[in-house]
Amino acid sequence: MHRTAVKQVVMEGVLDANDALAQSNRERFDNAGNYVVNMMSSPGAGKTALLERTLERLRGKLRLGILEGDVQTTLDADRLARFHVPLVQVNTDPGFGGECHLDANMVRSGLSELPLPEIDVLVIENVGNLVCPAEFKVGEDSRVMVYSVTEGEEKPLKYPLMFRSADLVIVNKVDLLEHLDFDLEQFLGNLDAVNPGVGRILASARTGQGVDEWCSWLERRKG
Amino acid sequence: MAIAESIVRIAGQHANGRQVTKVYLKVGHLRQVVPSALTFGFEIVAQGTPIEGAELALEQIPASGKCRSCGAGSQLPGFPLQCRECGGFDLEIIEGEELYVESLEMEE
Repeated sequence: MHRTAVKQVVMEGVLDANDALAQSNRERFDNAGNYVVNMMSSPGAGKTALLERTLERLRGKLRLGILEGDVQTTLDADRLARFHVPLVQVNTDPGFGGECHLDANMVRSGLSELPLPEIDVLVIENVGNLVCPAEFKVGEDSRVMVYSVTEGEEKPLKYPLMFRSADLVIVNKVDLLEHLDFDLEQFLGNLDAVNPGVGRILASARTGQGVDEWCSWLERRKG
Repeated sequence: MAIAESIVRIAGQHANGRQVTKVYLKVGHLRQVVPSALTFGFEIVAQGTPIEGAELALEQIPASGKCRSCGAGSQLPGFPLQCRECGGFDLEIIEGEELYVESLEMEE
């Protein structure tokens, strides 16, 4: 049989399917009255520690819910379980070698286990990674990055997509500044180079610095 | 890897069983896509599908934007994304955020 090459125009966005699912998640959140934060960072930047402080601080003020994303284990969910808030763990390891991010479908799969109408603010703790989570919308209202001062000043320039997409950057572990060569001014300059004027909070989940400011930010968003 | 999977899925849907020889992909410069890593992932994910063996033709699109202050257009080769005329940082991105399958080359 004679074969001929044909060219077919496709013009389909690689992330269209994910974006459509994210939109449907978003509608579900809106109907339930949830404000949804997609929290992203490198591994070990302190997302879970910050959430522990947040849950302590906002207890009785805001009804929080947590969706935990991790490649494996329920260690983070176990840490947060003592706060007795609605919490679901989504492990991404059924993906190819364990997906390095949450996508809209994975988030959707976790939602059935959460009592959405009883939640004011849902925090989605994404998989620790500065690259892929930025590409995948999950239906969030805002994106919050947790960045620790042990990661160096240059990362906004190396991973601009995530820093550009953030609505707020929490600069964590500032209690360590006196022990590090980290140049805070230079970091903030790099941050402004990729996301001019983005909100920033200097914080330490360990000492509690900045936690009030972050909690107020959440309360204002919800209010 | 998820992006590679998505490309293979899109190509498979449009190919409708025909053998795909080439997938044309447009990638904006502001995307964090590493061509060599994506090509490698694409080859692996395509195995056992009608896309297996197809070439991934990846075309990068340079970033450009329009200043919201003075209205001038600028090419944006790197960060900071800044207006060339007035130096402003508030830019509407015109090109550079693309990530789509443009077309397929197939045998029939």
